[in-house]
Amino acid sequence: MIDRRSVFLSATFAPVAALTFALAGSPAWSADKELKIGFVGVTSGPAAAWGTSNVRSMQTRAAWLNETGGVKIGGDTYKVTIVTFDDQKDPKRAIAGMEKMVQEGIHYVVGPNVDDGAAAVRPVAEKNGVIYFPYAFPKELYTKPASNAVLGMIANYQSGPAIYKYLKDNKGVKKVAFVAANESDPLSQRDSGVAAAKALGLDVIADTDTYQTGTRDFTPVLTPIVQLKPDLVVLSGVAPADAPLLIRATRELGYKGLLSTETAQDAKVLQEGAADLADGFISVGGASTPEIRSTTMEEFIARYTKMFGEYNDESNTKCYALEYIVDTLQANPKAIDNVEEFKKTMDSFTAPNPYLKDPNAKLSYVGATSFGQKRQVAVPMVVNIFKGGKFETLFVGQVD
Amino acid sequence: MVQVLINGLYLGAQYALIALGLTLIFALMNVLNFAHGQMYVIGGFITYVVYAQLGLPFIVAVVAAGASLAIIGALVELLLFRTVIKRSHREESTMLLAAAVAFLFDAVILLVFGEKQRGVPKIISGVFVSDALIIPYDRVVIAALAAASIAGFMAFVQFTKPGRAMRALAQDRIAAQLMGVNVDRYSMIGFALGAMLAGLAGALLVAITGVNAGIGGPISIKAFMMVMIGGAGVVGGAIAGGFILGMLESVGLTVLHAYGDITYLVIFAALMVFLAVRPNGLMGKPWG
Repeated sequence: MIDRRSVFLSATFAPVAALTFALAGSPAWSADKELKIGFVGVTSGPAAAWGTSNVRSMQTRAAWLNETGGVKIGGDTYKVTIVTFDDQKDPKRAIAGMEKMVQEGIHYVVGPNVDDGAAAVRPVAEKNGVIYFPYAFPKELYTKPASNAVLGMIANYQSGPAIYKYLKDNKGVKKVAFVAANESDPLSQRDSGVAAAKALGLDVIADTDTYQTGTRDFTPVLTPIVQLKPDLVVLSGVAPADAPLLIRATRELGYKGLLSTETAQDAKVLQEGAADLADGFISVGGASTPEIRSTTMEEFIARYTKMFGEYNDESNTKCYALEYIVDTLQANPKAIDNVEEFKKTMDSFTAPNPYLKDPNAKLSYVGATSFGQKRQVAVPMVVNIFKGGKFETLFVGQVD
Repeated sequence: MVQVLINGLYLGAQYALIALGLTLIFALMNVLNFAHGQMYVIGGFITYVVYAQLGLPFIVAVVAAGASLAIIGALVELLLFRTVIKRSHREESTMLLAAAVAFLFDAVILLVFGEKQRGVPKIISGVFVSDALIIPYDRVVIAALAAASIAGFMAFVQFTKPGRAMRALAQDRIAAQLMGVNVDRYSMIGFALGAMLAGLAGALLVAITGVNAGIGGPISIKAFMMVMIGGAGVVGGAIAGGFILGMLESVGLTVLHAYGDITYLVIFAALMVFLAVRPNGLMGKPWG
């Protein structure tokens, strides 16, 4: 019997059902399963730029993949969903974030962004079968018996020696001064930088100068360092927000030597904060410079800019983590819910690097030399020099 | 050593300007405004938009920042603090409200202005160099503008009717009310002035230090330190606290440089000892 209620329901839901079926035929709706990838890191407070560039890179790439029909893993097509959690740079919240990812059934997480957060989430990740990609450098996260963390970038103890050696050989650097924020990450980066400089036979003339987080005027911090007349001032683990202020204060105090860091920076931030005073500043990037990046990277930048209004050069490195996760799952579909399968695949995994124009560039897992096992993504170690408002490639290195 | 002392004086001038608005609001309303640093940040970002993005003169940007923050401050007092103060006699209610406003501003700033550090073109180029001293000219200009702002504020509270009313409020709220001072009106004006000073500080200092969404909290903490050194609610104390902290940082970072990461440890330890001996700070008495 057809009553008025049935007619009303049919009239209401038939068009909705028809629209759903129609859309299901288009590429954006063809994915019939969901692949959730997590992010746990800092997207608020003074270090917000670090995690925000991670999240936005992931969201940009995920939207792009979904727009083109999703990702094919085994016989299934997946729509990629990014689940985010702001740990506010607090290890306790990082643990809560990783637990949330576990509750959501997520096996692959990008982050955390800092050392203590990455160390804090390790038990949760290992107990619950989660592979995570920290942007933090403690070696114990990546060396056995640990096996669930994969370093998402080049560590300072890998790039630092290469930069110092280059500057020693090519620029005649002999005396080096280090300055760092009085926080665990920058201090540990400073200590390993000092060790690397000493190992190269450089004269470390300052290695105890620090500044408080939130410092806005660095002139008092840098006055005693500039008076020592170093050839190179290393800004260990410097946050992108602080880099232009430190550069500007150093130059305004009359310093004429070299300035460098081992962290990724943003060209626009340097240009606005220090303008031509930042010329010659050396930092480390990913597939950052026009000389080496592919048309895919150009499109990634364009899509990111369209989605968020402005690109962040830190994403030149941070675009890689999601790419590695998806490509590794495609290489071994059993890893979709089994991280042990993922680990097995890491040893032999290789795929074309879409972000570099070099046709021989490959994605692969590295780290055997630094960690004794492959627990690091292979990102090109592009050492940049800032000139006229943009980065130029100084040299390109590799980590094995 | 001349360089170190000048660094300290310059840093002190910055700090004094930051602390002034905080102590004014405390004096008038007994409110610890945890959102003071966020107001500073908003002032910095307004200057960035008006001066760096729209290309208008720096002074226009500074006026826009001050005026915007005065309006924001008046609205915050009118819509939030006035209601809470009338309904609750517990001091922690206003503290919680101030903390909530700080978190709200943090989130809004991040959404509106993004996560990146922002800087503006130098307002004046060039550096003064002598054997003993190096100082960029833009710092001299900003220090002069900061000093003019402080002097203007002092003249306002000293010689105008609203200034006298606010001083009366700070000395004795009930007596002022009995003498016909409109408490609601002058509380709102005072809060607006305090917020405007925070905005002016952010607007002036963005030319030197830039601004980013995350610095509100650290700015507030430093401002509280200065107020505690000088004496809460005392305008002269806030200025003195600013200069003392600036000088301590500058001299400490130079003299203790050879002993490692201990400058701030020494400053905080000294502050604790000082407060144990003089819990009301240097000039700890009602403002006025």
